[in-house]
Amino acid sequence: METPSKDSWGSRLGVIMAVAGSAVGLGNFIRFPGQAAQFGGGAFMIAYAISFLIIGLPIGWAEWAMGRYAGQRGYNSAAGVFHCLVPWRGSKYIGVLGAIIPLVIFMYYVVIEAWTLGYTVRFARAFFDPTLRFATVAESQAYFAGFVGKDGDGTALRLDLDALLPWLVVVCGLNLVLIYRGISKGIQKVCEIGMPVLVVLSLLVLARVLTLGTPDPAKPDQNVSIGLGYMWNPGKTLVVAADGTTLAEVVDADPAAQQAKAELLAAATAGARVERKTVLSQLADPDLWLAAAGQIFFSLSVGFGVILVYASYLGPRDDLVLSGLTASATNEFCEVALGGLITLPAAVAFLGLAGVAGQGTFGLGFNVLPLVFSEMPAGSLFGAMFFFVLFIAAITSSLSMLQPGIALLEEALGIGRKGSVGLLGTLTALGTGFVAWFSRDLKALDTLDFWVGTFLIFVLAMIQIILFAWFFGIDQGWEELHRGAALRLPRFFRPILRYVCPAFLMAIFGLWVMENVIGWGRAKPSSYVTDLFEKGNPVAWLSIGLVAVVAFGLATTIASSKKYRDEPPA
Amino acid sequence: MQPAGLFVMIASVGTVTVLFVWCVWQVLTQPAAEAEHLHGTEFETPDVERR
Repeated sequence: METPSKDSWGSRLGVIMAVAGSAVGLGNFIRFPGQAAQFGGGAFMIAYAISFLIIGLPIGWAEWAMGRYAGQRGYNSAAGVFHCLVPWRGSKYIGVLGAIIPLVIFMYYVVIEAWTLGYTVRFARAFFDPTLRFATVAESQAYFAGFVGKDGDGTALRLDLDALLPWLVVVCGLNLVLIYRGISKGIQKVCEIGMPVLVVLSLLVLARVLTLGTPDPAKPDQNVSIGLGYMWNPGKTLVVAADGTTLAEVVDADPAAQQAKAELLAAATAGARVERKTVLSQLADPDLWLAAAGQIFFSLSVGFGVILVYASYLGPRDDLVLSGLTASATNEFCEVALGGLITLPAAVAFLGLAGVAGQGTFGLGFNVLPLVFSEMPAGSLFGAMFFFVLFIAAITSSLSMLQPGIALLEEALGIGRKGSVGLLGTLTALGTGFVAWFSRDLKALDTLDFWVGTFLIFVLAMIQIILFAWFFGIDQGWEELHRGAALRLPRFFRPILRYVCPAFLMAIFGLWVMENVIGWGRAKPSSYVTDLFEKGNPVAWLSIGLVAVVAFGLATTIASSKKYRDEPPA
Repeated sequence: MQPAGLFVMIASVGTVTVLFVWCVWQVLTQPAAEAEHLHGTEFETPDVERR
């Protein structure tokens, strides 16, 4: 057997915090509440819990087991793991997806990370200068558009505290310095400090939000209780127009009053009616399952190669079962207990249901919440804290996206950390510069997020779970998973790993492709497809070109490496 | 918020909180004999090149 990798984790808690830090991101605080509220907390949480058990945990454990197995045989990159597990020349080229995906995601994720840092400083400045607070939604929207450069390509790249450029430079530099420090002194140290800070600051913001009550007595319908009800009430009472579009959602502490208010609203619009959605009727909606499974999948950061690489640095007797479970539990705590209680109640308390409904992730996070914190007592302080929480969540994730690329370059080229960070730094600077420049309507960012951050992750996750269950073998995988483990998994996870998880994942992916790529149930295919094949949008095509260049570069690196020419050790 | 919503919220938040606390407690109270098997405990990781 080859000498195991010299790079390693300093402690078990360190690797757990690193994996949890990788998983906890902006989606925990912004995307999850919006998704749960859209479908009604009760129905959504049922689908969410089932998805957690049959997709989230199994794929995560599979990655932990395969990563550690290959790491013990001298392979740390996803390409190396695939080469180690499948004795076929082409396997490493499939595995290279595990470096392409995180690397490309890093290129746009770091831009969003820079937004969070910029907003943190904006609110810190507003603490001393109240004129910097936002007064209206329009002002908040205009600030966001100017900050990120939505109105024109290159407009965000100016040296101004209220623009992207300075924060992007800081964030990129910080990521490269920290990744250069290595696994234990860089990633682990940041996560060991960052994750507890994130939890403590989130709890402080949560305490502030839950004690808001009814901020404006003249608007009794805008309060924290209504916000919590919007998020967690199991059923939905909607006012629907004659053509089926939802006009409004009504929430009240008293179900009878809720129904009466909805009927009053419906009576005011010709042809409108009240529609009551129960938990069961929501569970019959495939979109709910797609949303819940997608949220679990992307929130836990399973399937895109990071856990595979992180686990390769573990020792032969580390407890994979407990580590995987703890990292997932940490992510769920941040998502459900913190994100689920902070974002929507705060937004509804100040802006009401009408101001919150239908907002996307960025709309809620960077248009609605800045206004909420501007109106809240001591809002500058809590706004700075909240956006700093988002920044910590983002940087612990972005660092994890660099490590798969570092591992591949070190492994394939036999170079040290300085060389690999230099190479990767150059590549990511070019990619991030591309995303930051083509900022009009966030076209480059959106295109990469759709095709790489969603489509390719689905593909790699399916390959990984099939690799684990059918090629690595469920018996060998089960044994590897339990080597050194104090906890034994119930045996019903074996058929889940082998049959249920791949089948469920394929069904969800198929549904996602039908809806979002082919346009099933819609007038036409998604805009991401029409951008490429109908409109021939140059930025969309350049984004795809960027992915192709990264893929070609990494594949060529692997092809020229001696590391993958030999048979892997048994 | 309606009583059913309160139930869903308490059940969801309670479950993830209990799971999180239980896991962290398990990690921190793992017997020392297991901890001895940990792979890397060195302060200087060899991945960092010396300047």
